[in-house]
Formats: sequence, structure tokens, C-alpha cells
Amino acid sequence: MSVQHVTSEGIDRSQPPRIKDAVDFQLTLKPYDKYVLDNGVEVYAIHAGAEEVMQVEWVFYAGNWYEEQKGIAMATNHLLKNGTKQRSAFELSEYIDFYGAYLNRSCFHETATISLHTLTKHIAELLPVVREMITDSIFPEQELDIFRQNMKQRLEVNLKKCDFVANRLIDEYLFGYHHPYGTYATAEVYDALNREAIEAYHRDYYLNGRLVLFVAGVLPNDLYQQLNSQFGSLPLRQQLLPERTHPIVAAQEKKYRISNDPNGVQGAIRLARPYITRRHPDYAPMQVLNALFGGFFGSRLMSNIREDKGYTYGIHSYVQNHVSASTLMVSTEAGRDVCEATIGEVWHEMKVLREEPVSADELLLVKNYLIGSVLGDLDGPFHIIARWKNIVLNELPEDYFYHSIDAIKSVTPEKLQELANRYLNPEDFYELIVV
Amino acid sequence: MGFTDICIMIRYERFELKNGLRVLVHQDQSTPMVVMNILYDVGARDEDPSRTGFAHLFEHLMFGGSVNIPDYDEPLQLAGGENNAYTTNDLTNYYCQLPAENMETAFWLESDRMLSLAFSKKSLEVQRKVVCEEFREHYLNKPYGDVWKLMRELAYTTHPYRWMTIGKELKHIEEATLSDVKAFFFKHYTPCNAILVVAGNVDMEEVKRLADKWFGDIPSGERYQRNLPQEPVQQEARRLTVHRDVPLDAFYKCWHMPSRLHKGYYAIDLITDILGGSTSSRLYQVLVKEKMLFSNIECYHFGSIDNGLLTIEGKLVKGVDMAAAEKAVEEILQELKEKPVEEKELQKVQNKTESMMAFEDMSLMNRANSLAFYELLGDASLMNSELNRYQSVTVADIQQYAQQIFDERNSNTLYYLAQKTNP
Repeated sequence: MSVQHVTSEGIDRSQPPRIKDAVDFQLTLKPYDKYVLDNGVEVYAIHAGAEEVMQVEWVFYAGNWYEEQKGIAMATNHLLKNGTKQRSAFELSEYIDFYGAYLNRSCFHETATISLHTLTKHIAELLPVVREMITDSIFPEQELDIFRQNMKQRLEVNLKKCDFVANRLIDEYLFGYHHPYGTYATAEVYDALNREAIEAYHRDYYLNGRLVLFVAGVLPNDLYQQLNSQFGSLPLRQQLLPERTHPIVAAQEKKYRISNDPNGVQGAIRLARPYITRRHPDYAPMQVLNALFGGFFGSRLMSNIREDKGYTYGIHSYVQNHVSASTLMVSTEAGRDVCEATIGEVWHEMKVLREEPVSADELLLVKNYLIGSVLGDLDGPFHIIARWKNIVLNELPEDYFYHSIDAIKSVTPEKLQELANRYLNPEDFYELIVV
Repeated sequence: MGFTDICIMIRYERFELKNGLRVLVHQDQSTPMVVMNILYDVGARDEDPSRTGFAHLFEHLMFGGSVNIPDYDEPLQLAGGENNAYTTNDLTNYYCQLPAENMETAFWLESDRMLSLAFSKKSLEVQRKVVCEEFREHYLNKPYGDVWKLMRELAYTTHPYRWMTIGKELKHIEEATLSDVKAFFFKHYTPCNAILVVAGNVDMEEVKRLADKWFGDIPSGERYQRNLPQEPVQQEARRLTVHRDVPLDAFYKCWHMPSRLHKGYYAIDLITDILGGSTSSRLYQVLVKEKMLFSNIECYHFGSIDNGLLTIEGKLVKGVDMAAAEKAVEEILQELKEKPVEEKELQKVQNKTESMMAFEDMSLMNRANSLAFYELLGDASLMNSELNRYQSVTVADIQQYAQQIFDERNSNTLYYLAQKTNP
């Protein structure tokens, strides 16, 4: 159909339509349902959504925090899908693929996860296979050999990329190579991987490990029974994780210029400082300062270094969050001739934030942007459970979400300036360029 | 084994303004947000061969201010919104998402930049530099970064898919002038060459009113008549070998495949899933796991609107001979041509497709984006019959199209070899 053409004389296109400030929106985070399986495993669930799909995530405390040999946590996690007593790697993959499901593994510092995305109608066929991976994985030698070879090859390609090299080095400067947050894989690490260590890690941190479950989507009515019958009898020792302390050994030298590729046309810049964790009272208001500084497209760094100078395709500042320590990071790739100038501009933007209060207009814009993006991020069940997972795994208070929103809404220019003086000083930052 | 199908039905209403702007509205009251998606029917394939990379550079300029609004991003961010855009060889797409209460802000911003850009000299200067950095970051400063430049020039002699979206060379971008920019804008960025989708928590009548209020008086422009040189049918195999400073030898082989609207598209899409794309696929299982010739291998296509390329690419295990690796790939293709796949294997990739579509449709942005794309193809309702088309593919279809496409004469092979460093 065609609508009647209404004469639009009188529209003043230079005037924006009236808006409702996003800071005036009431945001709600849908509460979770919680179940406890017979063996004490906690299940956090969000039942929501229009599509008949769901995800289940098995979070084990099996990250590299607990490994005694480098790479073992990552290899164990990856090879969970590569053979059980009942099925070969191919049979496992084929079975999961047949139901159109996606089964991924991820290894982090504290935790390592198995995640399953599937149409809700197939969940009953898939849970037993995940159980099998937890109880009956056998880590065949041949699978380990292929993994080792392919990971070494991939590493060799990645080491040609300045951004990859920069990401490894900056973590090492901040935490030290032997800290779980600062370490990385090398060819030697892959060479040293062995079945015995992997089997032991699997036994201690999966089969007898500590597990938390997160489920979200359109959930079947009997999901709890299904989960309990598959996972409620596993010999998980819920609270008893070995005590592990890892001293942070930060580098003394702060400034680095590394040549990785003599013909490189760009440099990877990383500026990073040790930072506060989510529990710190400054953390929430700092989200506003960080956004303003380099956290979104309209940020100071982006406006100056991309949109005014054209030095880079993109520049970002963000918090690299870990459970026990965090990093504030500025990251970009810039033309090799303008790398030093780029760093100069970053320091300059820090200085402006330390010395001049942010205008009310700019502050409102950033707040609206932040609240709007939270609002947009809340509508799917997978996003909602991700927020709860963050709260649960970091042992944050239940009202953390609302507390953060309030902190964003209420922060003042004076507070931001005070924060800039506390957290945005060049002398606290490690400074790295890899060309 | 058959599963009951989920009915994935995206409802929408469609109307056209007098100036030819096609408008689609999709209501979803479960979200507090609205997505506005504007697709312009212009991509890198529409560029002058001596001015490549222009459609994409232009996408950047669309954020440099419009005739009545000096800055696009700020007012949108103030309204709690965010946005992005992308350019492909076929089309250019802009989308933003914001709280439903502030929907009119999106109408105001998007209509002003459809009316006219500010054509600021400074913006052109800066974005030229930004795009050059993007070029360097993704295509020059990365190992294997020039593969698609080489492959496109090998596989296409005539059709403008010969160049990448980013452009053939930095020089074309560096030389762009303001008058090029203006000409391009008034040719392509007009109501009759655009599709507007509004999705989310919206009222249908309100959308109609606002569409007319903000877009109704923009001059229609001329409908762009696409008349691209067609690629002649390839008659003999083409091969290229290059040496580069990379650690591993890599193998790339492309075959021409039919267009997005060809009836064989669905079978061919499923062929790529049978061959690659998961750890139970044929190429992965045989070549990575059993024969250990490749450290990774994939099979994919770009979903191009015009005749496209089906690609197999992989990195070789060190020490493996390239010719032996290629022969092993050919054996797998031969098997697919000679022996019908089992029903169960076909069903596996059909199930995977069903599930992928359901996951994609969770996102409001994806739904809006798909509606615009199918409307561009000629009919937004195609979106709702896609699953059916995949599920109708038979074992015989798979074999027929495998035979048709995997013909050596139709192939383009690139050996991308690691430079031997002198001892």
C-alpha cells in the first residue's frame, strides 16, 4: 500500500526530535531461578525468549589458575570433545552436529567451560553426551599429537601479527610470565604437554571438580530433573579447591619498543596499568570515565585520534577483568610513523580529563549512551544469564546490577575529574609498541 | 529420523512512499528497543574499475555530518542509541538501535543523511586516512592478507567481483575527490535505491506517519540500472603460485557457483557444510584428523548476489607436499561427485541450518537486517521460506551440483607458499 503524501513543509530538520533521556529509564534485570542438584551443584536459570532455543554452560573451576604445568588447563579443556570410552572424536562431533547443536569449550584463568547451544527440542539427546565428556573422556594420544602440532602451527602464524605479540607482552609486563594472568603458550609449552598430566587434571578439576551451571532460553519443564539425573550424581567436591597463590611479578621497566616485523606498516600500541576489581567503590563510576575516555565510538580517544587525526582505524580503552586483579588498557593499531604521536595524544587526553571537568552535555551523552546500551543488551535470555554469571562467579552482591546503574546515573563531573587524577596518570602505565 | 519443525515466521508489513522508498515494519513487543536499518542498493561491484574502494570509503563519509545535522553520532548517543554500518561487494547497510521512546531520533538522522550529506573536505581527508589504516591493518599488515586480492583477480576476468570491498589499491582511496563523493551520493543514496526497515517495539501507524514526515519529501532520485559486465564461463583451470613471508604453506581453491537466487543455491550452501565448517565435516575429518595433511581446512562461500565463488582453503602441516595435499582434497570432491551422500549426513547439515537460523533470529538487529536483504533480493517474504528450501534439498541435488561445480575447468587454485629463507 502507499500512504498519503502529507506535505512536510514546516519540518525544521536542524532541530532534533524530543527525546527521553536514557538515564530516566528504569532498567530491570530479570531474576534467576536457582536449583541445587543432589550433589550440591548450583544451577542458575533464566527462562525467557521467543525462539525455541537454549544454552547450557558448565563452568568448572579448571582454568590455568590451578595448573602446575603450563598449558595443561587449556589442553584438557580443548580435548574434552576428542574422545570418550564410548565414542571417538568424530562420533562425538557427528552426534552433536546431527542435532544442529553447538558445543564449545573455553578456558579462562579461574574457570574453564563447556557450553551447549541447541534447539530446545533436542536437549534430552544432548545432555548425556556432555555427561560422557565429563566422566569418560580418554584423551587419546593421537588426538593430543594432532592438537599439539596444529596449535604450534597456529602459534607460528599468530606470532607474525603485531597485535598478537603485543597482547602477550603487555600481560607479561603487568603480571609476570609465571602468573596465570601473564603467561602464554610457546612451542615448548605445547611440546611438554602429556596425557598423564591431562588425565590427572581432568580427574581433579572436572570429574572431581567444582561445577556451577548456567542455563537460559526457552527451557523444558523437566529441565531440572534432566540436569539432576545427568549431573546430580557426579562425584564433584563442591567447595574444596586447592589453595593457590600466585605472586604478581610486574616488570620494572615501563617503556618498550619491540620490532617484530621489519616490513610492518603498522604498530600495535598497548598502554596498560594495574587496575581495581569490580568490588572497588570506584569501579562503577569509572565505567563512565572509561567510556568517555575511550570506551565507545564518540569517546575522546576515538574523536581525536581516529576522527580528527586519522591515525588509526580504531582506538579503545577497556578494562581487562580478572577475578583477583584487573588491567586498564588502551589498545590500537596505528601507522608505524604515527605510533609515537598516537601515544602522545593518549597522554594528552588523560591530561585534559585530569585538568578540566567534563561538560554537563558530554556527561549526559555518555550516560545516555551507556544506559541505552545496557537496555539494548538486556532483551535476550543469553545476555541476561551472562550478567548473572558475572555476578555469581565474581561473588558480587545480588544488587550489583542496580548498584552499577545507579552509580552511572549519578556520577558528577567533579567525581570524574577526581577519578581521572587517580587512574589516568601516564607514569602508572606500561607503554608498548610492537611493529 | 525426522524432527518436528519449528515454525520460524517473521511477520512484517510493507509499504512504499511516493518517492519510491520501500519501508518494512516488523513488530516485536518483547523488546524495549527499536532497530532502524537502511540498506542502499550499492556495493563495491558498482564501482568504476579505476576508482575501487569507493562504496566502502563512502560508508565512512556517511558519518561525517549531513546537510542539517553536523554530527550523526552525538545525537544518537544522546538518545541512548548506537549504530554501525558495513559495505559488501553487493550492498551497503546502515543500522542503529535505540530505546523505542526515542525512535524519531533515528528517523531524523537517517532521513537527513539521505537528503544530503554535508560533503565536508575535512571529513574526506580524515576518512581517507582512516580507510588507508583499515587497509593496512587487515590486508597489508597481516600474514596471508593479500590472498583475496590475488584470488579475485585470478577467478574473475570481467565481473567487478574482481576487486575487494576495501579496494584494489591504496592509491584509489588516496585519490578520491569531493566531486567523486558528490556524484556517487546523488546516484546511489536516494529513496528509490534504498530499503528502510523499522523493527522492534513500534506502533505501525506511528511508523507510517514518521516515515512520511521525515522521508516523504526527499527527492526520489533515479533508479539505478545495474548493468554489470558478466563473467564469461570459465573454460580452463587457472593456477597461481606465490611466495610470501609466512610461516606455513596455504592452499586456496575456488570454483564459480551460481547466483544467490539460483535454485541450486541451497544445495550448494549445504555442500559447503558437508565438506567443511565443523569437526564432523568431511574435509576436516579426513585431511586434518586421519591423513594429517592440513592443520586446518575450511569450505565456504560468500553468499554473493551475483555468481559467486565456492572456496576451500587450508594451511598445510609442515613438510607436506602441496601437490599431495591438493590431490587429497580432490579425492574427497571426487567421492562427493560419485557417491550419493547418506540421508543422515544430509539431514545433519539441514538440522544445523535450522538451528543456525533460529539462533540468528533471536537478535532484533539480525531480523531487521535479513528483512532488508531479502527485500533487496526482490521479496522480503523469501525470509520465511528459506528453511523450507533447505529442507527440500535432496541427496540427488547434492550430487548434481557437486558434479557441476567441482569441475577442474571451473577451478582457480592458489598455492601460497612460505618463502624459503636463505641459510
